[in-house]
Amino acid sequence: MMTFLDSFSFLDDVRRMDTRQLFYQALNFAMIVSSALMIWKGLMVHSGSESPIVVVLSGSMEPAFYRGDLLFLTNYKEEPVRVGDIVVFKVEGRDIPIVHRVLKVHERENGTVKFLTKGDNNSVDDRGLYAPGQLWLQKKDIVGRAKGFVPYVGIVTILMNDYPKFKYTVLALLGVFVLLHRE
Amino acid sequence: MNTFLSRANTIFAFTLSVVAALTFGCFLSTAFEDHRAPVSIKTAKAMVKRVSDFSVSREKNDLGFITFDLKADMNPLFNWNVKQLFIYLTAQYETDNNKVNQVVLWDKIIQRGEKAVIDLNSMNTKYYFFDDGNGLRSNRNVTLSLSWNVIPNAGTLPKVDGDGTYTFEFPTEYSSSRS
Repeated sequence: MMTFLDSFSFLDDVRRMDTRQLFYQALNFAMIVSSALMIWKGLMVHSGSESPIVVVLSGSMEPAFYRGDLLFLTNYKEEPVRVGDIVVFKVEGRDIPIVHRVLKVHERENGTVKFLTKGDNNSVDDRGLYAPGQLWLQKKDIVGRAKGFVPYVGIVTILMNDYPKFKYTVLALLGVFVLLHRE
Repeated sequence: MNTFLSRANTIFAFTLSVVAALTFGCFLSTAFEDHRAPVSIKTAKAMVKRVSDFSVSREKNDLGFITFDLKADMNPLFNWNVKQLFIYLTAQYETDNNKVNQVVLWDKIIQRGEKAVIDLNSMNTKYYFFDDGNGLRSNRNVTLSLSWNVIPNAGTLPKVDGDGTYTFEFPTEYSSSRS
């Protein structure tokens, strides 16, 4: 029992903190938040994509990507769209972007391109998923193209979205730890 | 200050860093592979019809029918950082409407451990070969190529074209819809 109580001994540290120390801890916290933001914005500039890292939310690309896998995207405008590319695209009326593979490409002389996608694990193409009456995707629908892959890492985000209480607990614990912990 | 929490925290953080370093090493060890392989493609038959793709519109578009032979050995492509290969056969051609047309006719997923030798004879296409208009009839320059997308355990997702393409032409007359 004693050992368990001992684990909360860091709370004593708080009592001993003076103003200068508190101020330092708060600044430290702000530092972490702003560097995370800087990394994210830096990746956005580097990759040209509005969301350079996405978590796979559906099983439509199994067995390549499972729920919770992480994809790194780029969205360079000059790079042509070709079959076999894994694109992340937005469809009007759907909040969540879709990750699927390009199946057909028709590109005109002036560079306008229309393409059709399909999930590896789906038996039919994506026309049923597009907005009513929409037959093709265009370049403006692309959020990014998958260039890198790391498995499992995104499962934390999925858990957080599925169980909001878990999210707030984790965030609260992290915040308390960063604010109170003293090196 | 060696409390239970601080020990658990240290072990967890250390485990995470070790796993991350190993994963990165696994990616680095295979980052410079070129993933190429020879491919042999042939078409046995090619004909073209003019029909409506009702999933698009009532307008009649050219629909190509081909059967193809395909030989390729994918075994050398597998290493410890290849989880899966996504292999696809593409028809590429030029029409009056479009400068670049690419249509995937057939694809296959080979996972690690599965049979990785492809040997197909007079295979039918898996997807319809619909053109965006009427550009297939008497098109003299349709190129078939086999490509693959390497899905790693962790790392980049390279797209590689096989060494070896095949060019064929469609007949100058539409086939009757009965044949």
